[in-house]
Amino acid sequence: MSDTNAPAISNPVEYIQHHLTNASLGGHPEALVDFGVFFIDTFLVTVVLASLVAFVAWRVGKNIDADNPTGIQNVLETIVEFVNQQVKDIFPNADRLIGPLAITIFVIVFLMNLMDIIPVDLLPALVTGVAKAFGANPHEVYFKAVPTTNLDTTFALALIVFALIIFYNIKSKGITGYAKMFLFHPFGKFAIPVNIIMTAIEELAKPISLGLRLFGNMFAGELLFLLIALLGFAWAMPGQVVLGMLWSIFHLLVIPLQAFIFMLLTIVYLSLASQGVDEH
Amino acid sequence: MNITATLFGQVIVFTLLILFIKRFLWEPVLNTMEDRKARIAEGLAASEKGAEDARLAEERAIEILREAKNQAAEIVAQGKAREAQIVEEAKNKAIEEANRIKVATEAELEQEVIRAKDSLRTQVSELAVAGASKILGKEIDAKTHKSVLDELVAKI
Repeated sequence: MSDTNAPAISNPVEYIQHHLTNASLGGHPEALVDFGVFFIDTFLVTVVLASLVAFVAWRVGKNIDADNPTGIQNVLETIVEFVNQQVKDIFPNADRLIGPLAITIFVIVFLMNLMDIIPVDLLPALVTGVAKAFGANPHEVYFKAVPTTNLDTTFALALIVFALIIFYNIKSKGITGYAKMFLFHPFGKFAIPVNIIMTAIEELAKPISLGLRLFGNMFAGELLFLLIALLGFAWAMPGQVVLGMLWSIFHLLVIPLQAFIFMLLTIVYLSLASQGVDEH
Repeated sequence: MNITATLFGQVIVFTLLILFIKRFLWEPVLNTMEDRKARIAEGLAASEKGAEDARLAEERAIEILREAKNQAAEIVAQGKAREAQIVEEAKNKAIEEANRIKVATEAELEQEVIRAKDSLRTQVSELAVAGASKILGKEIDAKTHKSVLDELVAKI
């Protein structure tokens, strides 16, 4: 393949694999878990989006005007009110961390998902062009733009939620209460080993399902965009346009939905964690 | 599809972002919204209170007006009564004065008459004595004929 940016029907596997490879420091990962590798593209896009959110949030928060809300303040007030309503409905006596956590997850996941709408070849082409200007081999330049198509991103969020689940469990039940939950839940005191396994699975399933759900949805969406991009040769062009448009429209539903689900489940899990000790 | 060191970077980025959003967006926006809600509620309560006040003021104004009308009517009635009284008093005083003047005049008149009669009597007795002395050509002692004279005077 002479040009990685042109969808080459002659070598679709290589095209897709190239697009699914991250720009990384420390070589490419060799095992499922390889902490020697750092995906610079995912991290960079996340940092840029987080900075954008932080900048807008800072500006709105600084210039906030109760009597004369304008422009972006209205948008953010709507989102804040929406998230706050969700938090109030699901987790009535939430402390003041739940709201900011929920809104941050909602907004940042939404924006990271939204990167999927950018044409699959646009950002990689830009990066490759810049890299070529610095004399790099285009075949060696990778750029995977959507952070949520990366397990690191989704599990980073899931880990934060998991840590908070443990924190709120201990805060509401005490350490002994939390231990009792593992020992006596769900089958009472005569099946302690089973209880430990069941509760551990139940607790671990929460972050894993959170992380995998978002990753699966976005990865599948990205893969479908890549497959549609393969149609970019002569007589298949109309098909590419129509399919690309349809999938984009469908994906525009998936993007906020997944952000919303992640946020909602976060609130639900933390609400469950904050309940006192219940008897079984 | 791997878990890499990026995980830690992402955790740090997201944690910082959550704390940043909490400090610079969530709390100011929520405070502002709560503040605004409170102020709207306050405004509505104030307007309700204002309407109530206006209603009370109107009621009071009507009452004051009614009272004022009553008072005015009372004053007019009092005035009329006083007028009648003054007229009556004046009339009585005039009649009294007239009576007094009449009585005084009558008394004076009577006195005058008595005085005239007295003087007439004296003059008649003198005249009678003078006349008699002229006729008799001698002095008539008034003392000796006193009883005659007195009789004469009493007849006049």
